[in-house]
Amino acid sequence: MKQHALLARFGISGRGLVVALPYVWLLLFFVIPFVIVLKISFSDIDLAIPPYKPLLEWVGKHTLAVKLNFDNYAFLFTDLLYLHAFTNSIKVAFISTIFCLLIGYPMAYGIARSSGTTRNILLLLIILPFWTSLLLRVYAWIGLMKANGVINNILMSLGIIHEPLTMLYTPFAMYVGIVYSYLPFLILPLYANLEKMDWELLEAAQDLGCRPWQAFYKITLPLSRNGILAGSMLVFIPAVGEFVIPALLGGPNALMIGRVLWDEFFSNRAWPVASAVAILLLILLVPFMMWYQSVQSRESAGAR
Amino acid sequence: MNKRLSFFILTCLSLGLAFLYIPILSMVIFSFNASKLVTVWDAPNSPTLKWYYSLLGNEEILDAAWISLKVAVINASGSVVLGTLAGFGLARFRQFRGRFTFNAMTTAPLVMPEVITGLSLLMLFVAMEQLIGWPAGRGITTMTIAHMTFSMAYVTVIVNSRMATFDIDLEEAAMDLGARPLKTFFVITLPIIFPAVLSGWLLAFTLSWDDLVISSFTSGPGSSTLPMVVFSKVRLGVSPEINVLATITISTVALVIVLVNWFMARHCSRE
Repeated sequence: MKQHALLARFGISGRGLVVALPYVWLLLFFVIPFVIVLKISFSDIDLAIPPYKPLLEWVGKHTLAVKLNFDNYAFLFTDLLYLHAFTNSIKVAFISTIFCLLIGYPMAYGIARSSGTTRNILLLLIILPFWTSLLLRVYAWIGLMKANGVINNILMSLGIIHEPLTMLYTPFAMYVGIVYSYLPFLILPLYANLEKMDWELLEAAQDLGCRPWQAFYKITLPLSRNGILAGSMLVFIPAVGEFVIPALLGGPNALMIGRVLWDEFFSNRAWPVASAVAILLLILLVPFMMWYQSVQSRESAGAR
Repeated sequence: MNKRLSFFILTCLSLGLAFLYIPILSMVIFSFNASKLVTVWDAPNSPTLKWYYSLLGNEEILDAAWISLKVAVINASGSVVLGTLAGFGLARFRQFRGRFTFNAMTTAPLVMPEVITGLSLLMLFVAMEQLIGWPAGRGITTMTIAHMTFSMAYVTVIVNSRMATFDIDLEEAAMDLGARPLKTFFVITLPIIFPAVLSGWLLAFTLSWDDLVISSFTSGPGSSTLPMVVFSKVRLGVSPEINVLATITISTVALVIVLVNWFMARHCSRE
């Protein structure tokens, strides 16, 4: 009791302490890092460790100068490679999201409409790949799509093709990899949304003379809007910055921004340029993240 | 109510599941293949366990697996504590100063591209080292901190959604009977949300165990994790040992998922 009163005098309550630890952790390791990246994106590149110059410099005895260098950003906007990488990443992420939706929606719908054990087994089957290493699952596609890989071997032994198809290291392979890896991320939130659906609405519509696809278009689709949005964001946002899949399946000219950032950092040791890329990518993605958050809070408000 | 699925939906489900599982199955099958060419089935000598033995004798992979295991266990335990506190706080305290920021900070890591998280954490560690001398260099510590930062977001979501379906009356009854909030948490709340905490731990473990990008940014010399070693091998081409590794991973995950589900079904029926 005494302890409690003492803490309360300093304005610290039990509740405060519960939230304080994760709060401080996230401020320190999630928010402050972005401030530092922002700072470094305005620094000069330097041949030192770490490879950038400080922003604040003493010029003269009592003058502290702040040197903001916009060259890194100017560089990103003048070199077409970066612009191209940005637009290409958005295009790839967008098309992949559409394919995930086309494949994932009927699957989520099927799971939501099945019952009991079937539903649980289907859910487990969707969750299992989600828990297995992305790297290994992407690797599996190399074995499938290689020139002497499984797909070509099967097609050739069936006599459908006579020359192996070139699949690996093409945009096609990259799309397959992204759709494959992110599909569970779309199915699970969409399922969670469809599961709460009142199916009697559909029956009512059909009783009133709607064709099944009409009932779907007019009732199921609008009611699952939040699920569609949440699932699509979970695919789109990380896919824009994806590194592993383009690096393994996409071949040398698969320009994705995540890969450009990686190369600037690891190959060129250009920390300020990599930071500027990260900041631009972040500015691009923050609106989508905020959208995702508002959809999520609407979803959970609806659940309560 | 008519629960029969239409032919169209059944076809989509089967094709979708085939799409998800054919690559996994092909890795499992070819892990028993004798040929080094990986995708060309060497019928006379297969199936064989030779790549299993060769994996178990591969020092580089075993060392990396040991580092990954250490990071994953510490990460899972730490992020379960942070994530449970955060999820509990978000669910129980509907209003506090900074709730909006807090909510945003716990959602953002879920969708943040890994290259950004990795780069920014590394920049932080470098700046901290310059400023206060800690952490000295990069290695297991920095990797674990980085992993905890994104893993705790997942734990928060899991715990928070479990809290949403939880009857607050139970907590209130305990407090009415004189239990202090801390005691109420440990005696009432924690046992009820335990399945969520357990899945949070397992998910945090897997996220860390599988992570390549954030580890690559925040690790140092001599602390390569398993995904980092696998990535450098895969870049050079397919290797039969990786098929073995994938098979072991998948079987372990499947086993754990089935066990946990069985455990939770029991837990729920007892409730």
